Amino acid sequence: MDKLLKILSENSNYTTAQLALMLDEPEDYIKAQIKEYEDSGVIRGYQAMVNWENVPDAGVMAIIELKVTPQKEKGFDEIAEKVMMFDEVSSVYLMAGGYDLALVVKGENIQDVSSFVAKKLSALEGIVSTATHFMLKRYKEGSIALVDVEEPTDGREMVL
Amino acid sequence: MIDYNSKINDSIKNVKPSGIRKFFDIVNEMDNVISLSIGEPDFKTPWHIRKAGIDSLERGKTWYTPNRGFMELCNEISNYMKRKCDLTYDPKSEVVVTVGGSEAIDIAIRCLVGKGDEVLIPQPSFVCYEPLTIMAQATPVIIETKIENNFRLTVDDIKDKITDKTKLLILPFPNNPTGAIMEKEDLEAISKLVIEHDLMVLSDEIYCELTYGDKKHVSIANIEGMKERTVVINGFSKSFAMTGWRLGFACGPKEVMEMMVKLHQFCIMSAPTTAQYAAIEALRNGDDDIAMMREQYDMRRRLVVGSLNKMGLTCFEPKGAFYCFPCIKSTGLTSEEFCTKLLHSKHVALVPGSAFGECGEGFVRLSYSYSLKHLKKALTLIEEFLKEL
Repeated sequence: MDKLLKILSENSNYTTAQLALMLDEPEDYIKAQIKEYEDSGVIRGYQAMVNWENVPDAGVMAIIELKVTPQKEKGFDEIAEKVMMFDEVSSVYLMAGGYDLALVVKGENIQDVSSFVAKKLSALEGIVSTATHFMLKRYKEGSIALVDVEEPTDGREMVL
Repeated sequence: MIDYNSKINDSIKNVKPSGIRKFFDIVNEMDNVISLSIGEPDFKTPWHIRKAGIDSLERGKTWYTPNRGFMELCNEISNYMKRKCDLTYDPKSEVVVTVGGSEAIDIAIRCLVGKGDEVLIPQPSFVCYEPLTIMAQATPVIIETKIENNFRLTVDDIKDKITDKTKLLILPFPNNPTGAIMEKEDLEAISKLVIEHDLMVLSDEIYCELTYGDKKHVSIANIEGMKERTVVINGFSKSFAMTGWRLGFACGPKEVMEMMVKLHQFCIMSAPTTAQYAAIEALRNGDDDIAMMREQYDMRRRLVVGSLNKMGLTCFEPKGAFYCFPCIKSTGLTSEEFCTKLLHSKHVALVPGSAFGECGEGFVRLSYSYSLKHLKKALTLIEEFLKEL
């Protein structure tokens, strides 16, 4: 895998000067490479990994399993593209297995999400069934721990 | 009232206590310290290696091993030395498995020198050689390596220090704390001198897997005429991230190894059994793990060295181990003052260079055996500290 992408996917918060040192490349090359990734759509954006548990009134999240009827020609893409347009939906995945699409949905509260499922999602043509699972606690996302666990390196002692 | 002073061996009384103990007592009492002081891998032992240890416990393999170590492990060590260093050692007579590289250093020194002998010890270097030499009743003779030589040991450094009492040269490369490595030409020149004066060499190669750039580690035992004069010390701690398993080994001439096994037998019996099972797996299937860790260390090394140089702390490029050794003379502070001030004002802990010998004064040791995130945070704080000085 491209080393630059690997680093940025883990933490995009390095300066180009730091990336240049780490990868032993000129800074201009790093800048150009990042621009190329952005222009070509390989890099789609940068965001902070927020631990919403620590933010008051941050709302609720749910995973929704969707069974859908695939459309002629476009298969699952058409319905997936419709679903992803809703602001409430933060992730959409096509799945192999017991259902077709998995969504991650955010809302202010349980009623908010329920109402989104009942009124907006189920109303879409092609939706066969939905199963909504509310998240109780998030432990890890995008390879980042969201709870305070012992750092792997805690417990190392100074033993000069 | 017992006069303990009269009861205790004079040799251990004569060993100087570690000068930085006081400094680290302060560090240990402070909260939220961002430490760059620890000299062990931050990686966990790779899972398949841990699993081999666990499996052995599940099968109830909890007895002593043969004194020298499991034959299977000695075989793997012999294969490893051939594969990595192109050195051939007979697993039955020229290998001993020890409790870390540290035990191997201790028993090698005790088997090779005694009262009246002089031991050449390059510094800055790891802290154990001098005390262990004193405990063996021998006399340490310190050789200072210099930054203008990239902290390599040169023939000129050694020449004047050799007397008719000199018996052993310690060769601690890749070096902790400087990150210096020795190149083949340096070793060839030193070998000539060693042979001419009929010396033995203890080559501590515990960091041999961690070299960066084009230059791979070269063992002095590879130089013609030197294998029969060299005890090579190595181990699993740094290469395979296995510090807590306490396992190392020594390879050398069978006459010396026989004595080392004898001493090892009386003071240790045998190295930890579980660790030996894990080590067999490490040597058989661990080369990819080493490569992965080396690449990570290398990335961190470049970030740290480049950043330090940019902020005005001149740092010679370390080519081995996982330390860099920036010069702090430009700040006008001593190593210990620098570290103490940095600790109090920014809660960042480094090790004063003076801990590694008087000639380490004017430098600090910074370990990059930490996550990139941790290093980045520490570097920012060090930069702030320098600006506020």
